[in-house]
Amino acid sequence: MNELLQLYQQMIIDHGKCPRNFGELENPTHKQKGFNPLCGDQLEIFLIIDDNDVIQDVKFTGEGCAISMASASMLTELVKGNHIDKANGLVEDFNAMLVTQDVSDEAMERLGKASVLEGVKQYPSRIKCATLSWHALKNACAGEGEATTE
Amino acid sequence: MSQSLNLENIRKDFKYLANKKQVIYLDNASTTQKPDVVLNALSDFYRYSNANVHRGAYHLSEVATAKYDQARQVAADFIHAKSSDEIVFVRGCTEAINLVASSFGQQLNAGDEVIISAMEHHANIVPWQMLSKAKGIKIRVINLTESGELDLPHYKSLLNKHTKLVSIAHISNVLGAINDVGLMIEWAHEVGAKFLVDAAQSPAHIQIDVQALDCDFLTFSAHKHYGPTGVGILYGKHSLLERMVPYQTGGSMITSVTYESSEFMSAPHKFEAGTPAYAEAYGMSQALIYLNELGINNIKQAEDDLMVYTLEKFKQSDDLILYGPKDNRIGVFSFLVKGVHAHDVATILDSQGVAIRAGHHCAMPLMHTLSVPALARASLGVYNTKSEIDQLFDGLKTVKKIFSNE
Ligand SMILES: Cc1ncc(COP(=O)(O)O)c(C=O)c1O
Repeated sequence: MNELLQLYQQMIIDHGKCPRNFGELENPTHKQKGFNPLCGDQLEIFLIIDDNDVIQDVKFTGEGCAISMASASMLTELVKGNHIDKANGLVEDFNAMLVTQDVSDEAMERLGKASVLEGVKQYPSRIKCATLSWHALKNACAGEGEATTE
Repeated sequence: MSQSLNLENIRKDFKYLANKKQVIYLDNASTTQKPDVVLNALSDFYRYSNANVHRGAYHLSEVATAKYDQARQVAADFIHAKSSDEIVFVRGCTEAINLVASSFGQQLNAGDEVIISAMEHHANIVPWQMLSKAKGIKIRVINLTESGELDLPHYKSLLNKHTKLVSIAHISNVLGAINDVGLMIEWAHEVGAKFLVDAAQSPAHIQIDVQALDCDFLTFSAHKHYGPTGVGILYGKHSLLERMVPYQTGGSMITSVTYESSEFMSAPHKFEAGTPAYAEAYGMSQALIYLNELGINNIKQAEDDLMVYTLEKFKQSDDLILYGPKDNRIGVFSFLVKGVHAHDVATILDSQGVAIRAGHHCAMPLMHTLSVPALARASLGVYNTKSEIDQLFDGLKTVKKIFSNE
């Protein structure tokens, strides 16, 4: 039960129910769909990246579980206003936290609020829910095709 | 005379229930647990009777071959087939449908039509799509009614002289609906179409009688009725099987081979290229015998009781939305907890020791029709109890508690 409450702590439920930066951007310079075929989670991330490679605005739409929605919500809050190199670094930090699971204290600090998603690592079948939007962001910045968690 | 099942004894047959940290297993539509008789039959076969079948002129191979042949007879009897020559052993339901699509499909031409329905598993959609690409056949899809049943008038309107095959789930793995395939087969035959019954969900729950149904093909996998993985059957009327080209080719299915050409054995053997999963086929036959001994009607009665109990609990919970029909159904319950995604439901239930499935259940087009991204699904097996259902609903209370902390 304790692990469960760590997974579904207040902040995650809150972001899951009322995701921040939810909706479409009208004139995105970059956009990217993400799809998790296992769960059916799908989302699309929209970005306005200026000439200096700074993310001026970011929003997302989609449907998915509380973990995927909360994760996308926290991601958008975190990367808005940052250079894409920094955003990509954060994606690496996030992967270190959940996928390779050898994350430094500094990386956890950089992830800020999103570090509350660390509890997801106890649930291997749910890790892909959390990483979906981060994959999508990375591919969007690189101008690559649709992100899947496969 | 039907007698009721002894649940206590049945539960002793399944060792997963003896685990200290007992899991409440409610994902039986996906695959069932295996009773000791099946597991022992498998390990005894490999220990004491193992030799390749239909190949060795020595005693051990004859023993193995006899068991493999016996298994075919048990399967034939189980579905009331005329003869064991109508039973092809395959890897499972998916392979069986692919076999028909590929092999019977050779007889179809551009403009011919295959009818499926809006409640099919991907295994009964994608093979027809491939055939459509290869041959230019058309796929027509039967709609669902509001209450989640097949729209039979719509089906009737789709049937015409171009219809060559109708391929329909006997029981929906999502909605639990038992489709009236008997009537549908009659209608299909009136226009000269053949009919495939995807019976993946049937053997563990209801009686199957291919002669009474008069279906042309019927398919299922052993692992969904307490048997091993990697084996299942394709039933086909013998005259149809004889007219079909082989699906795969190689050893065990030929009578003679030269570099120029080969002669094939007759059905079912011409569809069983290579060394078959003979031990698993034998294991499957032991699962069918296990079901026979319990009595499929007794099983139906007991599962119906538990289903009614469960349906009532769903009815009492305003924040649960249950999909599928009220009647003519089995204990497959696809549902949503209002405001909570199916995956979150499954994870929270898992932490309470309740195993259910969440996702699209290999039926993405149906999810589309129902306008849901995913569903949670609990499905009953012969070992489930009322108290396990109570724990499912206790778990669902925890889901609501966690998600309602305004
Ligand atoms: C209705 C239906 N058809 C086909 C299949 C495919 O069975 P298998 O994966 O064993 O080949 C399933 C399994 O979930 C099913 O429920």
